[in-house]
Amino acid sequence: MTDRLLPTDESAARHLAKRHAAERRFRSYGASAVGAALVVLVALLGSILWRGLPAFTSHEVRLEIHFDADLLDPRGSGDLEVLGRGDYGRLVKLALRAKFDQVTGRRERRALSALVSSGAAFELRERVLAEPGLVGTTRLFFLPLSDDADLFFKGGVDVSTREADRRLSDAQISWLRVLEAEGRIESRISRRFFISGDSREPELAGIRGALVGSLWTLLITLLLSFPTGVAAAIYMEEFAPKNRLTDFIEVNINNLAAVPSIVFGLLGLAVLLNFFGMPRSAPLVGGTVLALMTLPTVIITSRSAIRAVPPSVREAALGIGASSLQVVSHHVLPLALPGILTGTIIGMARALGETAPLLMIGMVAFIVDVPSGPTSPATVLPVQIFLWADAPERAFLAKTSAAILVLLAFLVAMNLVAVLLRNRFERRW
Amino acid sequence: MEDITPDTSRSPIYLTKITTRDLNVYYGEKQALFSVNLEIHENQVTSLIGPSGCGKSTFLRCLNRMNDVIDICRVEGKVTLDGEDIYRAAVDPVQLRARIGMVFQKPNPFPKSIYDNVAYGPKIHGLAASPAELDEIVTTSLERAGLFEEVKDRLDESGTSLSGGQQQRLCIARAIAVEPDVILMDEPCSALDPIATATIEELMEELRENYTIVIVTHSMQQAARVSQRTAFFHLGIVVEEGETAQIFTDPKDPRTRDYITGRFG
Repeated sequence: MTDRLLPTDESAARHLAKRHAAERRFRSYGASAVGAALVVLVALLGSILWRGLPAFTSHEVRLEIHFDADLLDPRGSGDLEVLGRGDYGRLVKLALRAKFDQVTGRRERRALSALVSSGAAFELRERVLAEPGLVGTTRLFFLPLSDDADLFFKGGVDVSTREADRRLSDAQISWLRVLEAEGRIESRISRRFFISGDSREPELAGIRGALVGSLWTLLITLLLSFPTGVAAAIYMEEFAPKNRLTDFIEVNINNLAAVPSIVFGLLGLAVLLNFFGMPRSAPLVGGTVLALMTLPTVIITSRSAIRAVPPSVREAALGIGASSLQVVSHHVLPLALPGILTGTIIGMARALGETAPLLMIGMVAFIVDVPSGPTSPATVLPVQIFLWADAPERAFLAKTSAAILVLLAFLVAMNLVAVLLRNRFERRW
Repeated sequence: MEDITPDTSRSPIYLTKITTRDLNVYYGEKQALFSVNLEIHENQVTSLIGPSGCGKSTFLRCLNRMNDVIDICRVEGKVTLDGEDIYRAAVDPVQLRARIGMVFQKPNPFPKSIYDNVAYGPKIHGLAASPAELDEIVTTSLERAGLFEEVKDRLDESGTSLSGGQQQRLCIARAIAVEPDVILMDEPCSALDPIATATIEELMEELRENYTIVIVTHSMQQAARVSQRTAFFHLGIVVEEGETAQIFTDPKDPRTRDYITGRFG
C-alpha cells in the first residue's frame, strides 16, 4: 500500500524532483542574500573599527619641563593673570633643546619643536594656573606629540619613500627614534578625543562639541516633534471628521514624508533665519528643522499604532460611559504607546544622521567651543564626520572613523532605549 | 398585538422602561431601520431575533446612542427611557451610557487587571468615595455576575487571562458596576461554548430582578429560554413582537413562522 505514496510514473517523478529543486534553489538564494548582507556589514564595521580605533589612543612624550620663573613670572608676583600670559610654548621648546643639544640651526630647531603638538603649551598653562606653585620647579610631563609624529608611531609613515614625499624629515624620524629608545614615548588612551571640541590640529580635535551639539539638537527635535506628532495623530485618527479636508491633509502628510531633507533646510534658512532672525548654526534652529522633517514620520507611525488598537477596546470603554477623551487617554494611547515610541525613535535616528538640512542653516561651521545651550553655535556628529573627512591632514582619517563609531554607538544606544521602552509598555490583548 | 393588557399571572405590573416611536436609522443613503415602534418592559428580558443584517444590532445601539460615534449614521424618531427622550440635545451620551450598559458579542475586557476592569466605570463616573467603597462595588459586581468565587484570589491578574465565558461575565460585571437600569447584550454568547452559555443564561435570569435586559441573539432556543418578550426583525422592520411564548408557539405573521421554523434565515 505504501507504493501509493510514491510517484506513479516517470513524469510524475520528474515533476516532483523539479519541485524539490525549485524549493532548494529558492532557499539557497535567500541564504546567500542574507550571507552577502552579513559579509558587507562585517566588512564595513571592520574597516571602520580598524581605522577608527587608533584615534582613541595617542602617543605622548615624557619631557622634563623646567617652569622657568624668569619666563613665566619675572617679578614673582604669583598673579594668575601674569601667569596666564606666560610663554609656555617656549618651555616646551627649551625642554626639547635641552634633550637634543646638538641641534643648532634655526630650521632644525623648528623641525624639532614641530614634533610636539602646539596643544602642549596650552596644557602646561592649564596646569600652572591650577597649581601656581609649579613655577620655578622642574617636573616630568607627558606632552602630546604632533599628528605626524603620532602617525609615525602608529605605523602611518612609510620611511622607505623619499624624504621630500613625507611630512617627517629623516632628522625628525631619528629624533623620534632616540626618544623611543629612551622609553620616553608612550601610547595612552586619548581623553582629549572625548573632552575637547573641534580643532585644526588633528591630535587636539575632539568629538565633544559635535556630541553635545547633537544632543541639544535631538532634544529640541524630540520636544517639538513628539507631542505635536502624537497630538496630530490622535486628532486625525480619533476626532477629525472624515471629509475632503482631512483627506487632503492626510495625502499631504504622506507627501511630506517623502520630501528630500535639504528642502527642510532651505525652509529653515528662509523662514527661521531670514524671517524670524533666529541665530545661525544653533541647535535650536537645527532641532526645529529636523523636527519638521521628522514630524510626518512620527504622525504616520503613530496613526498606524493607534489604528492597530482593536475597536473592541474603544467600544468597551464607550459602552460604560467613557468620554471620547477618556477612551483615548485611558485605553487607546497606552496600548498604542509602544508603536508610537518605536516610530518616534526611528524618526529621531533619522534626524541624528541627517546632514543636508543642517548645512543650509550654518551648522557646518568650524566651531571649537563645546556648545553651552540650544542657542550657542554648534555642529552635529554627521556634519563633524563630513568636516573631518574633508580635512587634508592624514590623521583626520582615523578621527573620521572614530567619529563614525561614536555616531553608531549613539544610534545603538537610542535603539536600545526604544526596545526597553517598548518591552516596558507592551501589553497583549 | 391585541393583547396589550399585561399578563398579570406572571408578574403583577409591567412598567415600560424604553419606548421607541417611528425610529428610522440611516447609514449614509441606506436606511437600516424603518419606523420601529417597540416597548421594552422593565425587569424583563426582551430578545431581538432575526436574520443577519436585519437591523437588530442597529436597534440595540440606538438605545444607548452607540451609533453616535459612527459618522455616517443618522437617527430619526424618538427613544424614551422612563419617559425621557434620550436624543434630546441636553442629554449627554456619556451619562446615558452609565444608565444603559452594554455587553458585546466578543468578550472585550480591557488589557488591565480583573479589578481595574470592574473598577474603571465607577472610577470615571465618580461612584466611589473611597478605595474601600470601590472594593465593595467591585466585589458586589463580580458576585452579581457570578464570577467572584472563581477570581477572588487573582483580582490583580489580567482580565484577558480568563477563559471566554469568564471574560464575558467579567464584561457583565463591568457593565453592572456603574449601576445601570438597562443592560444591552449584543449576541453575548455567540463566542462561547454551550456550558459557558448556560452559565450566562442563568445569570440573565437572576439579573432580571434588578435590571431590564435587551438581548440580540441568533439562537432561537436561547430567545425562548431566557426572554419574556421577543421582537422579530426582518429587513429593518419589526415584523412581529409580543410574549415570547406566543411568538414561538403561535406566530401571527407567516414570515415569523417561517423564520422560527427554520425555513429561511
